[in-house]
Amino acid sequence: MSRFWPLAIFFGLVAFLYVGLHRDPHEVPSPLLGKPAPAFALTRLDDPSTTITKDQLLGHVYMLNVWASWCVSCRDEHPVLVEYVRKHPVEIYGLDYKDTRPEAVAWLEQLGNPYKAALFDSDGRVGIDYGVYGVPETFIIDKKGVVRYKQTGPISPEVLMNTLAPMIENLQKES
Amino acid sequence: MMKNLLLAGLMFFVLGVSTAPAKEALPVGDDPVVQARMMRLATVLRCLVCQNQTIADSHADLASDLRNQIVELIHQGKTDSEIMDYMTERYGDFVLYRPPMKASTLLLWFGPLLLVVIGGAALYRSAQDRQRNSADETELTLEQKRLADQFLNRKSSES
Repeated sequence: MSRFWPLAIFFGLVAFLYVGLHRDPHEVPSPLLGKPAPAFALTRLDDPSTTITKDQLLGHVYMLNVWASWCVSCRDEHPVLVEYVRKHPVEIYGLDYKDTRPEAVAWLEQLGNPYKAALFDSDGRVGIDYGVYGVPETFIIDKKGVVRYKQTGPISPEVLMNTLAPMIENLQKES
Repeated sequence: MMKNLLLAGLMFFVLGVSTAPAKEALPVGDDPVVQARMMRLATVLRCLVCQNQTIADSHADLASDLRNQIVELIHQGKTDSEIMDYMTERYGDFVLYRPPMKASTLLLWFGPLLLVVIGGAALYRSAQDRQRNSADETELTLEQKRLADQFLNRKSSES
């Protein structure tokens, strides 16, 4: 019997390592899930004189997409979002994280603007409140202003169609 | 003459200092006490961009933003534990280099101890087994004893 122990330990180790292989240490679970989204009051990217607050968005289901013109993987994600809003009744707000207005505006003109409004977070303070550590990040916020989902890293068409879109549709049915 | 030279030297010194490139901007905290407290907190917080560095060590933008944020919170009169709460509310327990003890972290805290116990038990058992086996084997037959004596005697007489 005892001669089987090394084999058992070996397979135990293999199981551990196999699971570890498929876990991304960069995906840190957000403590915000199920909690009210942090408040913000930010100016519009295209209009510094207009401020949008979180309270104004209550009653709507929306995606809050954190992006920046300096962010390389945002370029991959962007067409996915542009396509998504073109075909579906969904509200996406952009959070332009630590960026400059001219560069961000030019970026949207060049690549298309999927946002109902882009909010300008120049010093990244709202980003800190949302626990942003790797742009792009996307939050889904329900009608009561509660964070229901967080995606770190670019949204792929598969993730959007299989996870995000069905979730948004369900949340839109909630009262 | 000497006086002028001295003055010129002084001027040069003052101008030289004032035009020296400013160091990394520290917006609100040049107070050494605040800085020391901030650094003490920053060394126990993980930078989420480069996960094996603390906020104190990391050169990532986010780390410097968070250092500034800590300084600001200190100026607002927040206590150390309030600042730690502020960070975990936003980034989760993962930012803490010393994870809190709770159900989900029990294995993390006591896993090594568990391994020591299991290893110790295995070692104890195998030592026992070996003792038992060797106890069986040390009994020599008379014939073996005689051979051994013969061999040893010959060896000693040869030398």
